[in-house]
Amino acid sequence: MEGRLVLSPSEAGGHRRRTDLAAFEHTCQAEITSIHRLTEQENLYRLQVVDPGERERFTFEPGQFLMLELPGIGEAPFSISSSPSRKGDVELCIRRAGSLTNFLSKVRRGLHVGLRGPFGTSFPMASMAGQNLLLIAGGLGLAPLRSVITYVQENRSHFEEVDILYGAKDPSQLLFTYQYEMWQADDIRLHLTVDSAAGDPSWDGRVGLVTGILAELFAARRGGDFASRTHAVVCGPPVMFKSVCALLTQEEVPMQKMFVSLERRMHCGMGKCCRCNVGSTYTCLSGPVFDYWTVMNLKEAI
Amino acid sequence: MIFKVIDREELGRLFALLAPLGRVIGPVEIARDRRGEHRHGFAEVADFEALCLDYGTTALPAKAYVLPYRERLAAFRLGGQDWEKVPGPDQERPLIFFGLHACDINAFNKLDKVLLGGAYPVPGYAARRREMFVVGSDCQPRPACFCRSMGADTARHGFDLFLTDLGGSYFVEILSSAAFNLVRKIAARDPEEDDHRRYRRRVAEKNTRFTTQVDTTDLTKILDLEFQSEVWQQWGARCLSCGTCANVCPTCYCYTVSEQAGLDLQSARKIKTLYSCNLVDFAAVAGGHNFRPTSHARLKYRYYHKHRGFVEAYEEPLCVGCGRCGESCLAGITVPEVIASVRGGES
Repeated sequence: MEGRLVLSPSEAGGHRRRTDLAAFEHTCQAEITSIHRLTEQENLYRLQVVDPGERERFTFEPGQFLMLELPGIGEAPFSISSSPSRKGDVELCIRRAGSLTNFLSKVRRGLHVGLRGPFGTSFPMASMAGQNLLLIAGGLGLAPLRSVITYVQENRSHFEEVDILYGAKDPSQLLFTYQYEMWQADDIRLHLTVDSAAGDPSWDGRVGLVTGILAELFAARRGGDFASRTHAVVCGPPVMFKSVCALLTQEEVPMQKMFVSLERRMHCGMGKCCRCNVGSTYTCLSGPVFDYWTVMNLKEAI
Repeated sequence: MIFKVIDREELGRLFALLAPLGRVIGPVEIARDRRGEHRHGFAEVADFEALCLDYGTTALPAKAYVLPYRERLAAFRLGGQDWEKVPGPDQERPLIFFGLHACDINAFNKLDKVLLGGAYPVPGYAARRREMFVVGSDCQPRPACFCRSMGADTARHGFDLFLTDLGGSYFVEILSSAAFNLVRKIAARDPEEDDHRRYRRRVAEKNTRFTTQVDTTDLTKILDLEFQSEVWQQWGARCLSCGTCANVCPTCYCYTVSEQAGLDLQSARKIKTLYSCNLVDFAAVAGGHNFRPTSHARLKYRYYHKHRGFVEAYEEPLCVGCGRCGESCLAGITVPEVIASVRGGES
């Protein structure tokens, strides 16, 4: 075993803490090129990594997240909502929920923010090829799911039947409404539902839970091999995971083909701060995307 | 491993050789408690005479020197829509620990697994560890010590040399070339059969003095099984969620990151502060949802991380059995009692 103590500075070539830290804390600068208001609470931020080389190298997979930093305000994790083929031109769908996101809701385009990442696991799009897809989202869960949807649009021939099941609290909270026609034009079936349409007399769509749509969908396809040839991606609040995944299990969708994305508040994204731990599984390293079998074996995951 | 024996007086010479090479940190007497007993703490030591190598334990671990409670990760220069990020600050002088017990050496070894492992080693910690020199020293178990149950009562690596008190002399285990070169500069001799015997007797005697044990047989499975056990609620009702246990724990490393803008709005700082999973907002997310809203859920998580998850990942608990958390706990919660209650199904 070598002595660790550096007895004279020249012996070990000096430590490299600052350069090491520069890599550990590396934040690429990105410009907010546009802010698209989606609802009362949510905006879609289009960000462009400023350095062209870094922009090209900023590659990610659907389901991964990044850390967005506003110097002096804070840093927080956000899942990426845009197509992976657009690399460092990323879109983030962000709800006003805390000090950082409140600040973000007040800024104008042109501001530079910091991005670290991308981090975490992704939905295994390549291994889902040749199968049916059930894309199930509740509320803000559509944010990570939209990256999957863009991937499906760009690679539509890789998949069989594709259904989006999306539920929101009320019609005014539906996200990405301007894209629904384009999704359907790409032969993706869209099933919308809201918890309540009391405040919106013009709503002629469905009222109720996503599980209701799911049950009907399986009932209509019973008998064939639909369930065994289907992958499900579920993004939404924990209460939704439980009921949706229970129903999917009942319909015999294999647990290894059901993927969920867990929400936690990472402070580092690199498996050090422990803030996102479920048991001692780091959501930032082993997640945020887990298959349902793994989630079932994590205590207090959902 | 190379073994040597040195006379007690030679230790001062070893100290003098090490002192110019870095910051020497060692156990010193810091106060006396209500019963008049000495209390010790780690401090920077300039004078060998100030060292108290026969200390029992310290209230705070040596962790803070390597993993500071508060650390600046970066500074920013702000201007209009633009800004510049400057990582820093740079590393200080090498750290020389003089008189670390096996538990505290093992604590660093455990921290290494997380902080030096994986795809993202932590630079500040890595630099401090790389340049660290550790003189270990043996100890006598106190009533709160359960290091033997945690497999942390001896240090197999993570030190440069380790001293065992044989009375008038020290038995020295040499693990690094740096330590070997230092010991060459003081009067040291090869151990003889009598030294071996005295060393073995000293170690065997120590092992008879442990009064606190923790049964770790199948503990990961039992914790898994007893996730819904009532005892967690009972311990949770006592826990004040103050985070003292994490503060005094030599192996706790979780943290929070915050940013502060300078008063002139021309600068900002990104600050890392060590945190505790017992604090109420540890698992809170934006929008108000808290994955562990109750004190018992947080206390339970702490045990599951240290005694189940970490064991499954690294084959050892994230606990060295130093007993500091139990001694500092304002509610009198101790690890041996909690684990015994979970195993027994009653508290």
